[in-house]
Amino acid sequence: MRALGIILAGGNSSKMRELSNKRAIAAMPVAGSFRSIDFTLSNMSNSHVQKVAVLTQYNARSLNEHLMSSKWWDFGRKQGGLYVFTPVVTADSSWWYRGTADAINQNLKWLKDSHEPYVIIASGDCVYKMDYNKVLEYHIAKRADVTIVCTECRDDDPSRFGVLKMNEDFRIEEFEEKPMVSSSNLISTGIYVLRRRQLIELVERCAQEDRYDLVKDIFIRYKNLKRIYGYKIDTYWSNIATVDSYYKTNMDFLKPEVRDYFFGQYPGIYSKVDDLPPAKYNPGSCVKNSLIASGCIINGEIENSVIFKDVYVGNNCVIKNSIVLNNVYLGDNTHIENCIVESRDTIRANSYYCGEDGIKIVVEKNERYAI
Amino acid sequence: MIKKEMIAMLLAGGQGSRLGVLTEKVAKPAVAFGGKYRIIDFPLSNCINSGVDTVGVLTQYQPLRLNAHIGIGIPWDLDRNVGGVSILPPYEKSTNSEWYTGTANAIYQNMAYMESYNPDYVLILSGDHIYKMDYEVMLDYHKANKADVTIACMPVPIEEASRFGVMITDGNGRITEFEEKPEHPRSNLASMGIYIFSWKALKESLTALKDQPGCDFGKHILPYCRDNGMRLFAYEFNGYWKDVGTLGSYWEANMELIDIIPEFNLYEEFWKIYTKADVIRPQYVASEAVVDRCIVGDGAEIYGEVHNSVIGADVRIEKGAVVRDSIIMKSSVVDEGTEVNKSIIAENVRIGKNVHMGVGEEAPNVFKPNIYSWGLVTVGENSVIPDGVSIGKNTAISGVTAPEDYPDGELPSGGALLKRDGE
Repeated sequence: MRALGIILAGGNSSKMRELSNKRAIAAMPVAGSFRSIDFTLSNMSNSHVQKVAVLTQYNARSLNEHLMSSKWWDFGRKQGGLYVFTPVVTADSSWWYRGTADAINQNLKWLKDSHEPYVIIASGDCVYKMDYNKVLEYHIAKRADVTIVCTECRDDDPSRFGVLKMNEDFRIEEFEEKPMVSSSNLISTGIYVLRRRQLIELVERCAQEDRYDLVKDIFIRYKNLKRIYGYKIDTYWSNIATVDSYYKTNMDFLKPEVRDYFFGQYPGIYSKVDDLPPAKYNPGSCVKNSLIASGCIINGEIENSVIFKDVYVGNNCVIKNSIVLNNVYLGDNTHIENCIVESRDTIRANSYYCGEDGIKIVVEKNERYAI
Repeated sequence: MIKKEMIAMLLAGGQGSRLGVLTEKVAKPAVAFGGKYRIIDFPLSNCINSGVDTVGVLTQYQPLRLNAHIGIGIPWDLDRNVGGVSILPPYEKSTNSEWYTGTANAIYQNMAYMESYNPDYVLILSGDHIYKMDYEVMLDYHKANKADVTIACMPVPIEEASRFGVMITDGNGRITEFEEKPEHPRSNLASMGIYIFSWKALKESLTALKDQPGCDFGKHILPYCRDNGMRLFAYEFNGYWKDVGTLGSYWEANMELIDIIPEFNLYEEFWKIYTKADVIRPQYVASEAVVDRCIVGDGAEIYGEVHNSVIGADVRIEKGAVVRDSIIMKSSVVDEGTEVNKSIIAENVRIGKNVHMGVGEEAPNVFKPNIYSWGLVTVGENSVIPDGVSIGKNTAISGVTAPEDYPDGELPSGGALLKRDGE
């Protein structure tokens, strides 16, 4: 592959409410046994991108733990591999990453020391499958300076994304970041392809002007000067950075066609392996239309839900339309409806949680005696 | 100089012919177990959990699956700069090239491998038992007794003792005599086939018996050690240990995992069992499905009914299918309306629509009555069973079968249908 990968995974979002207290969005568990960043990392690996940098900042402990070994995504290599860059104090700078362009600027040496002609920039909070080689070929064919992968915004609010308009040649003519009122339904997926030297030049210039954002300060400002093209996809793509879209994305995996697209069709999605035993269904369990990850022990009822790894569901529990994250203990007779239960929670017996209008996030730290 | 205090030699070359069609294409240690694992995962995980980080795996019979599973040992953390896991197949020598003719002969042929680590002790393991054991505790016992050989033993009911090698010990655990499968056992301490040898004792006895045809630990090496005044000790083990050498015991051991609190508990944090997980996605249970008293591997898709069964990874049970008391291994498919009773279905098997398996009266198997028994239906890997047929008890099927292989749409109890092209 002729490209480097950069994954922007430093972000926080207040729209994730309590869920972001614990981890960066890129480390959010998704689809039962994965984390958000696994999708982009697997895409990079499956596209034969051999050298990938993950830029982290906000609450990166959980993310770093997930990335501790790079072998799960086949990045344990002599040539290239996985780099994790957290902001550091140096002789020149003691700043945090002040924006996406600044994050790249602070690691410019890595870019300069590499020799791959292209760079693929992607974010760690999107669920999708993509062969970046196709975008790269398009980028070259269009003789573009920057190619932005974009998609039609379906059941989400376009104004939380970068909104664009293309001309008939797919050149981007209008580009607004998080507009108050969006004039188009076409949104940026946060996946960009450009030449490495071009990126270095743009980022250096941006830093000299004390500007820090890749989209606002580079792509939008340069859109009439540089040849910025859109590459439109119509395959599954979802950003999980709000509670509602996170909930919806997980529930999408209850559909057989979504599971088949991500897991049935080669190549698949990889993740860190946890060495958990198979899920166990004891007498009294009743599971309907749900995903169950490994290590779970189920004694109660589960309907239309996604149960992540290593969850214990007690006797007579009822779980409906909910997401239960990793390593949760649910005491007997617990009722959970329209909720997201935060990982490592311990819910006492006879508890009742129900999201009345919208999704309720349950964070409950009790002593755990059992198991 | 490289130095490992104790290295393990894992005998994984046996066919395990009593597992019938299950081991037609794979060595017994590579047979799936418990919805996610393979039998060899248990000794390998025991090794790394006991701090033994150098393991030679001796392979001979159908090693492909085993090699692919072990790879460079990543799942067990046995990918090491020094030591780690090594696959040791028989190899050609300038003179006297031969297959592994017996357990001890196999170890003898790998003398150079063992010597390269300068071990003080060598742990001999076999790849066909399900158990959790701390070999380090056994080593402490070996050292405390200044033993030359320590044999792990398990107390068994005296009426079953005649199926095992039985150890007779004095009050201090020193073995004074032993009997191989005695008619009238004088002790109930059965050998588990797990030995710790002091290096000197192992090297001496292997070298002395190097010309013994089919040199075997139980039959030749241990008698030699005893007769030459070496100190043999029995290490009594009282945990769960199961020989899964027959289809009946294999089926039983799987079914025991389903109990509410299984005697052999895979869900404990302590002493995890590791395996190579090819499938990591979650399993899906559909609205119309029923899953009851089961363990189910990752990525399985269940649309039908499953009761009291062990379901492997990536298995698909279609709508209207009913599976009871069965073991279904990785990537197999049970199609709509099919009924599966008390069956062992190996990997990647396709079972058609409206098939009835494990029905009718029991009858002894016509082909190998000692192997295909317990009322089980056993289906070998990559087999295909056509729509609408009916299959009796104590039956065996392997290969791609077509409707014309089933006269009157039936394989009666006790029948065998073995079709393998090119063999």
